[in-house]
Amino acid sequence: MSITPGTLDRRAAVKALLADRGDLLVISGLGSSSYDVFDAGDHASNFYLWGAMGGAAMVGLGLALAQPKRPVLVVTGDGEQLMGIGSLLTIATKQPGNLSVAVLDNGHFGETGMQPSHSGLGARLEVIADGAGIRSVSDIADMAGIERFRNSLRDLSGGPRLARIRIAAGEVERALPPRDGTYLKNRFRGHLGFKVS
Amino acid sequence: MDQIAVHQDSATSSDWPVAIYRTLKSFGVAQVSYVPDAGHSKLIKLSHADADIKTTVLTTEEEGVAMAAGAWLGGDRAVLLMQSSGVGNCVNMLSLMASCRFPLLTLVTMRGEWAEFNPWQIPMGRATPQAFEIMGATVLRLENPDDAEEVISAAASLAYDGDQQVAVLISQRMIGRKKWTRETH
Repeated sequence: MSITPGTLDRRAAVKALLADRGDLLVISGLGSSSYDVFDAGDHASNFYLWGAMGGAAMVGLGLALAQPKRPVLVVTGDGEQLMGIGSLLTIATKQPGNLSVAVLDNGHFGETGMQPSHSGLGARLEVIADGAGIRSVSDIADMAGIERFRNSLRDLSGGPRLARIRIAAGEVERALPPRDGTYLKNRFRGHLGFKVS
Repeated sequence: MDQIAVHQDSATSSDWPVAIYRTLKSFGVAQVSYVPDAGHSKLIKLSHADADIKTTVLTTEEEGVAMAAGAWLGGDRAVLLMQSSGVGNCVNMLSLMASCRFPLLTLVTMRGEWAEFNPWQIPMGRATPQAFEIMGATVLRLENPDDAEEVISAAASLAYDGDQQVAVLISQRMIGRKKWTRETH
């Protein structure tokens, strides 16, 4: 199997994905994905994970089921999604139309020394997602693809979606969102109108 | 058909799953996720049959921990059902709940403690309370079917009002002896 390295700039890709975000609710996976989402613009409807590796898509599922009238986007990396690969099967059993997962795939574990990941060694996340039963899957290698995916997010009956987004490997300067989980939780719930108890 | 693992209801275990279901309803639980267990089968059926509860089968237990966090972010109360053999799978994901003070209510049917036939169930069953406690979760025990409502209610208040992670361990004695063969026990 040939592996085509990605060329998209991850920061530019995520910024384009979150442009004109409207009522989008965003969960970001630990590491660079959280930095990318923060760098695109902090927002009360962002919930940044700083741990819980493998859990981002499931946090997204719980949120999507609780808020069916809001589009929910999980932005995560290939390594994070691989650790929770079973969650794609679980999401598919519920078919939440408002849930989309964007996997920023550089084929490496970027945070820990750029060791090649399973996707860098040949696994294809969009094919796995299709086999799991995710309704809409795509393999995105250019900004036009990002734009199409972004435009699809507001269709609350079109999901669940998974997009594998081929980003370039390489270091990007860190952009650090708040790390206090209780603050992030209360800020997010406050945005949805829930009072702090 | 099924020569092994024929489940036998204990005489004392009649309707406690219904009592648990009613208590969860009274707390407004809107999401239930589970890895199946025979001891939870009645509650799982009740949950699936309830249009007001979003019920999700998981591939592994830690998915349900992360899902409960997402549910809470979106304003839903969630419950996670599993058996004791899956508790170890949750340990790292419990960090998420502790870091953010997310409520977690999980109901765990015990294996490996009462008339256990399968030695492979015993190590994780024995380690179950400690596996929760090392991550800061509170462990309550449900030993008697008549206490189901009271214990689940206390656990739900502690979780949803007190922002705690709470596990209720449901005694294997309540679930009943598992019948492995047709001839003998």
